[in-house]
Amino acid sequence: MKGNILNSSLLIFKKDLKSELRTRYVINSLLMFVLVTISVIRFALGDEKTENELLTGLLWISIFFSTSNGLSRTFVKEEERETSIVLKLSSDSTAVLTGKILFNLVLSFALNILILILFILITDYSVKNVTGFLITVIIGNFGLVAASTIIAAIISKANSKGTLYPVLSFPVLLPLLITVINATKLASLGVGTEKLYGEITILVSYTIVITVVSYMLFRFVWED
Amino acid sequence: MKNIFTGLTFVLITFVIITGIVLPIPDIPALGDKARVLYFHVPMSWISVLAFFMSMWYSIRYLKTREADYDLKSYSSAQLGFLFCILATATGSLWAKFNWGSFWNWDPRQTSIFILLMIYGAYFALRSAIDSDEQRAKLSSVYSIIAGVTVPFFVFIMPRLVESLHPDPIINSQGKIHMDSTMLTVFLTSLVGFTMLYLWILNMKFRLERLQFKKLKNSEN
Repeated sequence: MKGNILNSSLLIFKKDLKSELRTRYVINSLLMFVLVTISVIRFALGDEKTENELLTGLLWISIFFSTSNGLSRTFVKEEERETSIVLKLSSDSTAVLTGKILFNLVLSFALNILILILFILITDYSVKNVTGFLITVIIGNFGLVAASTIIAAIISKANSKGTLYPVLSFPVLLPLLITVINATKLASLGVGTEKLYGEITILVSYTIVITVVSYMLFRFVWED
Repeated sequence: MKNIFTGLTFVLITFVIITGIVLPIPDIPALGDKARVLYFHVPMSWISVLAFFMSMWYSIRYLKTREADYDLKSYSSAQLGFLFCILATATGSLWAKFNWGSFWNWDPRQTSIFILLMIYGAYFALRSAIDSDEQRAKLSSVYSIIAGVTVPFFVFIMPRLVESLHPDPIINSQGKIHMDSTMLTVFLTSLVGFTMLYLWILNMKFRLERLQFKKLKNSEN
């Protein structure tokens, strides 16, 4: 498997996808998690007419917690099944990170589409500027995945994995979350896409910075 | 040399404490005597940021050289930074009670110091969750670098959220410092004095950490 990095990252991505589709460990629990979260929001809101300002915040709370449940698993499962040693021997660290990021991207986009559909169906959330909304959500997702993957790699080596993940990821993700919440709120209220350029620039540069730093630092986390 | 440094630190800090309270300060609208907090609050915030970036710098050095000393330095600096961060939050919050009417109202400055506290907290939580020394040093170094690169984003994000009521626009409007010469002297002495105090405690803390580290290593063998 050594040699072409792109090839081996694709292989790692396929391996993760296959093992996920076979066991459905993450998918099943995440589906239920999303459903539970959004139902709780629905029951908490009751029959009250809620403004988009509030609903956008609730939407991102459900996205943050469900992605943090899903994305944090990528490296932990390698450690738990003790497959990480084989992975270390068989491929380059850059390829591992790329494969994991690809898998997390697929997972996170699927999750987000699901959350958005359910959220719009269950609560009366309406988006006025759909293009701007989608652009910010998509770029925000890339940033979310980039930051989550490297933090997932860090926590996989620590002791209390489950509780540590939100603690570590929150301060790192906060610039992204604040910006993306603000931008999606504005878009849902009908602000034009051209007025969101400031937010989009911040999101893009955040994603680039985090990705570059992840690739620089990943080998320290991964290799013993 | 070391004694001179220690002595000078104490002289400067004593000077700041006495003159900061005794000397008259110019009349600044809406602040008055409450502006005296600036002699203590600003250096503390400065140290909490400086200590964070020092810690990040030592983390980079550690990843390059793999010498345990750098990790201990990074850890010591983070501990000190956390202490100063709490002090800056407390002094700022007390001041806010008397000037803004509430201890905490999520002003952008308060939000940013809250995030700094969170980053320090996460760093210590990570360190305490790893058993092996080498792993702990490596992972916490990586984390502090990742957290460090996201901090500058707040400079761009915060002004977009809410207008700040923090008084540096009042004292320091258009980037020109409007303190009179006595105030400026005390303030700059305070900055130098507190920075020296930080370096002095950092050195002691690092030596203490190193002794404990060696003791632990010896007991393991």
